[in-house]
Amino acid sequence: MNGRALAGRLLPVWAVLVALLLGMVPVGLAGVNPAAAYEEILRGALADVYGFATTLVKTTPLLFAGLGIAVALRAGLVNIGAEGQIYMGGLAAAVVGLSVHGLPSVVHVPLALLAAGAAGGVWALVPALLKVGRGVSEVITTLLMNYVAIYLVSFLAGGPLMEPGAPYPYSRPLDAAAQLPVIIPATDAHAGILLALALAGFLHLIFGYTAVGFRVRMAGANPAAAAYAGVRVHATLVAAMVASGALAGLGGASEVMGLKHRLFDAFSPGYGYDAIIVAFLGAGQPLAVVATAFFFGALRSGADTMQRSLGVPVAIVFAIQGLTVLFLAASLALQGRLLRWARGWPQVAATLPAAVATGVTDPERR
Amino acid sequence: MEGITKRFGPVLANDRVTLAVRRGTVHALLGENGAGKTTLMNILFGLHAPDEGRVLLRGRPVEIRSTREAIRRRIGMIHQQFTLVPPLTVAENIVLGLPPRRGVFLDLRRVEREIESLSRAYGLDVDPRLPVWALPVGMQQRVEILKALYRRADLLILDEPTSVLTPAESEALFAIIRRLVAEGHSVVFISHKLEEVMRISDTITVLRHGRVVDTVRTADTTPAELARMMVGRDVVLRLFKGPPRAGGPALEVDDLHAVGDRGLPALRGVTFTVARGEILGIAGVDGNGQAELAEVIAGLRRPTAGRIRIDGRDVATPAGRRAVADRLAYIPADRGRFGVILDFTIAENLALKAFHRPPFSRGPVLDRSRIIDHARALAERFDIRMNSVLQPVRQLSGGNQQKVVLAREMSGEPVLIVAVQPSRGLDVGASEYVLRTILEQRDRGAGVLYISMELDEVLGLSDRVAVLYGGEIMGIVRPGDARLEDISLMMAGSLRTAQTAAPAQ
Repeated sequence: MNGRALAGRLLPVWAVLVALLLGMVPVGLAGVNPAAAYEEILRGALADVYGFATTLVKTTPLLFAGLGIAVALRAGLVNIGAEGQIYMGGLAAAVVGLSVHGLPSVVHVPLALLAAGAAGGVWALVPALLKVGRGVSEVITTLLMNYVAIYLVSFLAGGPLMEPGAPYPYSRPLDAAAQLPVIIPATDAHAGILLALALAGFLHLIFGYTAVGFRVRMAGANPAAAAYAGVRVHATLVAAMVASGALAGLGGASEVMGLKHRLFDAFSPGYGYDAIIVAFLGAGQPLAVVATAFFFGALRSGADTMQRSLGVPVAIVFAIQGLTVLFLAASLALQGRLLRWARGWPQVAATLPAAVATGVTDPERR
Repeated sequence: MEGITKRFGPVLANDRVTLAVRRGTVHALLGENGAGKTTLMNILFGLHAPDEGRVLLRGRPVEIRSTREAIRRRIGMIHQQFTLVPPLTVAENIVLGLPPRRGVFLDLRRVEREIESLSRAYGLDVDPRLPVWALPVGMQQRVEILKALYRRADLLILDEPTSVLTPAESEALFAIIRRLVAEGHSVVFISHKLEEVMRISDTITVLRHGRVVDTVRTADTTPAELARMMVGRDVVLRLFKGPPRAGGPALEVDDLHAVGDRGLPALRGVTFTVARGEILGIAGVDGNGQAELAEVIAGLRRPTAGRIRIDGRDVATPAGRRAVADRLAYIPADRGRFGVILDFTIAENLALKAFHRPPFSRGPVLDRSRIIDHARALAERFDIRMNSVLQPVRQLSGGNQQKVVLAREMSGEPVLIVAVQPSRGLDVGASEYVLRTILEQRDRGAGVLYISMELDEVLGLSDRVAVLYGGEIMGIVRPGDARLEDISLMMAGSLRTAQTAAPAQ
């Protein structure tokens, strides 16, 4: 890899650094030493076991949905509907967790996850079919499907599924066998993160090392050339979109089964939207998405600590998040490469390890 | 316009072009795609600045630095892509960008009345109150014309105006053009369609590779002469070519029909055979069904009727198509769109058609070291100049991108090669390499369908030449036997030969 390509791939890091730098201004205006505020965020997110657990909890849904959006991006599709897919996944998991009893956990948990994946997948299938069949932009349809899902869950959590006598719209707790185990004792950190990490590794292998991943990338990068090479482009796009929705749906299931243990009205505070940023900053690369999801998870978790100890509002973190995206998008747009970036780096995952293995090095570096 | 020269990087789009449009006439600019017609008119309309040369309006030299200035000098241009705002009404579109008429208010009522009378005067028949989205394409074009007339244009430039129209709409447009000219306006009519130009224009300037071939009075010329001027005689190809040894049929096309992108018939009953070991050239003026023919044979476009057999196998079904996929090589005219994936590496592009099979895949897993080894071997054999097979194809020159396509398509020892303008945009060395490779494949025993708008290239390379006009084959001849005059007449649609040259045995 030559210097310029490397600098290009490190663009998100620069964007984050500049955003953090600019974020110091409002912190300073709030009358707090910015260095102290950032130190507090870092301490809160990572320094102790509770902060770290909170970071993991906040990372999990971002990672699931971020991976989902990344899969769509590799196929050249923009899935704005992760939020709705999270809700549908959470709902399906809750229904399985509430209505089925007496199963052992090793059956009940996979069953609920399967239902969640299916529900999220179906929620993405509708826009996918509209896209390949009628040419309707998936950006619009996925976005609109979000509202249907959010209000459907709101209705069910406050109506048919609501726990009798509950003060707020939420359901009864899920069957204990349908709940995900806690992985750090005495914290909220649950096994959802393990599943998400496993899926990230799996997707990394799919896109870097398999014919299926190659086919999806072809369909995304140049549908006409892919069709000539024998790829069934429409079927591939639909499959990628369904996989994208299923991954986001698993994110919703993990929230319900791992953290809340009930179906709450409005249980996702916009993870599906933040995940767009996560996937985008990660350039659609599964392992890079792990890093960006963790970064934003940590920022969230640390911001809570900062607010408690210094009185700086959490909103500052959202400003930093927004600035990061703004800088990345601006620098890419200036180079006219915005969409290509989002579809993933051309070859790094697919061929770089092979290059190392077979001793190919870039002549420019030699 | 005098001595206009315009370069885009290394490409010479206009080379010392001189053009004089007389008041009250229709002047046609005729030429193939990429001949420099639109560039020349964009200079007149202030969209590009010429590198050399000057523009004179009504005898006086002017410098037109912007479209605003062009409009002020009463020039109007109607582009191929319309510049209308669909939700706004016709009247709103027409006044868009003009200063308000009464203080800060738009006096739309008055504008509508003015447009109506203008519309009546030229027989345009446009209702200024309708939203533009509700109008058919032909009407939208009239709105564009009205827009120019409302800005008091007296020189109107129409860039390929009929390319978006149905035949009936084209007729109506011609009537409007005649009316405009009768009212004293001048019209520049850009086109690559011979019969249109013959019908509507008073004077014709033929452009080729950015240069003026000739300017003739329409009354003094013939479609055949125009066709010859368009495709030219200036490429001299030196290829050593032995006699063909034609074998069994590589491609049989029988009564093939297909529609183009806009749903109009593009192929109407095309029948021919390409034998193994021969090159069948398809000659013709661009836009007579060549692109559709190639796409149908390559499996990228569905025929509406007729049969295609490749290596004796019917390819109408997906199974039939899959069975011949490896024996068919396709070299598309637009390599960036169909030939390669620009953001993929050279290695990935070279494995594009067979990535899911051994040796490139074992089960579901790609064998990346095999893919890379295969790419290195092909890159060496086809002399692809690069730093590494892991470079994205986008970083290569046009010639080397084409070599990537050639390497991938030829390495499978194809039975049939469909090549569409494979040397387009390449320098002399690279073109020669491409043509030589195709000849080698012929001598190895592949059948080649060679489609090009360059008549000399087709005549020089092909063993037999079929002339395509209006989606029909006007005749199949042997380049040595046929008179150039006859081929020109066939390209212009005014001659159809009954006899069909058979492949040499």
